[in-house]
Amino acid sequence: MAYALATERLHDGTERSTGRSSWKALRRAAGRNLRAHAFLFGALVCFALFTWYPMVREIIMSFQRVHRGQTTWVGLGNYRQITADPEFWQAWRNTAEFTALALVFGFAAPFCVAIVVNEFRHAQGYLRILVYLPVMLPPVAGILLFKYFMDPGFGLFNQALHFLHLPRSQWLASKSSSMPSLVVVSTWSNMGTATLVYLAALQGIPGDLYEAAELDGCNVLQRIRHVTIPQTRLILSLMAMLQIVATMQMFTEAFVLTGGGPEGSTTTVVYLLYNYAFSYNKFNTAAALGVIMLLVLACFSAIYIVLERRGSED
Amino acid sequence: MTQLRIQRALDARNRFHSQRLKAPETYHRTLISRTQLNTVRGKRLYWIALTVALALATLVFIGPLFWMATGGFKTSQELVRNPPVLLPAHPSTHAFNLAWNRLGMAQLLWNTIVYAGGALAFQLIFCVTAAYSLSKLRPIFGNWILGLMLASMMIPAAALVIPQYLTVLDLPLVHWNLQNTPWVIWLPTVANAFNVFLLKRFFDSIPNDLLDAAAVDGAGPLRTLWRIVLPLSRPILGVISIFAVVAVWKDFLWPLITVPAHETLNVGVNTAATSMPDNALVGGLFLASIPTIVLFLIFQRNIMSGLTAGAVKG
Repeated sequence: MAYALATERLHDGTERSTGRSSWKALRRAAGRNLRAHAFLFGALVCFALFTWYPMVREIIMSFQRVHRGQTTWVGLGNYRQITADPEFWQAWRNTAEFTALALVFGFAAPFCVAIVVNEFRHAQGYLRILVYLPVMLPPVAGILLFKYFMDPGFGLFNQALHFLHLPRSQWLASKSSSMPSLVVVSTWSNMGTATLVYLAALQGIPGDLYEAAELDGCNVLQRIRHVTIPQTRLILSLMAMLQIVATMQMFTEAFVLTGGGPEGSTTTVVYLLYNYAFSYNKFNTAAALGVIMLLVLACFSAIYIVLERRGSED
Repeated sequence: MTQLRIQRALDARNRFHSQRLKAPETYHRTLISRTQLNTVRGKRLYWIALTVALALATLVFIGPLFWMATGGFKTSQELVRNPPVLLPAHPSTHAFNLAWNRLGMAQLLWNTIVYAGGALAFQLIFCVTAAYSLSKLRPIFGNWILGLMLASMMIPAAALVIPQYLTVLDLPLVHWNLQNTPWVIWLPTVANAFNVFLLKRFFDSIPNDLLDAAAVDGAGPLRTLWRIVLPLSRPILGVISIFAVVAVWKDFLWPLITVPAHETLNVGVNTAATSMPDNALVGGLFLASIPTIVLFLIFQRNIMSGLTAGAVKG
């Protein structure tokens, strides 16, 4: 109980000494702080080593160049070099294409699936498991599988198209269809997460809103437009932001399936970063690319955080 | 005669009870009202839609898995035959054996388990103690540290890969090279702001009175954490554990560059993909998928509820 006499409030941090023997209280406070920081220590070291320090280091690196072990400052040299590379612009175009397509498909598909599944009274659990199953596959397994499905010769997709009397596609082998094909792969393997989040959001919509809309003479599509979408708007916009940030970092699909080809049509920004560092051995130029990427994606993340804050205030 | 009557009465009672037991399903109105569904036409449409949805979902999400599993039993010629073969004519496990041996699947699996298990342990220890410290011990500068951690959530993982890679090659101050050791996977996973944030929010909801009572009883912070906070936090710990394991299991770029000598399942399968016969590769993909699918089927309830808890943050 002596402890309680010397200080007020134990756990909220704003403890004040009650005047009696303030020196003792100070020492106790210092001891408590030391202990609290000891609890923080492990995580703090990891954050410092693998997040904060690399962050600073990347920015410094991007202004330097290393030549035969000699580090020199080159100002914006790396940035000039990377932006002068036609591959850089190509990579951003590719990434933008992938992100836009992935947003259209990867966004619409889970939402539609969630709306439909939410209407069913039977087999909901089964459908949920099915949709989420690909998310749990090791990505390389899910991705390599599509190499067979998308083969221009014997692939199942082309056989299905042929069966339906539709024109065959070159899928990954042609410049124009390679990126959309990657979007198909990525949507298949990732849509489960978004679907489940939407399902949870849909179940939170009060039923009387639909009731009221129906009494006002709305048909099903109008009910989706005037009730479902406004009621889930916040989740929709959050997921859109998350998805933009995630898809702009696409790497595995392109690395495993196309190797950036054909003719550089699937070289994404992360892929280019990887190439600069590990194929051309230009770590500093890669760092400059990393900083650019960071700035671009940080804009989207900032929007996300603002949206989220507004969401938690509601 | 009486027997028949008794039988009938019993039947009636059973029917009544089974109805009573089945009934109290809470009705939550969705897009389409139940009265609309209960018309003859509505019922018919509902069952048609459900059947189509089930068939389609099974085809889209189980179909590829089925193809993968049966593909391993086929010969390479059968696998790529046009039109496709549904079931192998002469099923043989030869391809699975070949995949297991050629890929060194046992070693790959073991590596991945070691990486995932260690990452789980480190995250549980360091993220939990950090969150506990930030939430309950409230050290000086705690809010600043939390802010810095959360700020790192804005940094896209792929943009920091280069300086992180250079950092693990030569750790600052101690100059250790972590490449090809499990530490290179384990330690960076601790720097997960989302985990710390989720845990801290959960700990915040544990009443301080409980901890005060423990303190009065003479328990130190470690004992309080172990005996009071952790038992109360089982649900959130489960969520974090699952995501910790799955994240390591699914990662590709980081293990690709940091542990080339002790590959993960993902990286190993991708490396060997070009040098294997088709049926062995497909069989290998299936073998590689089994662990996470089993994990998912066991923990699917927790995984799915954790997913929505993490995303919606209700």
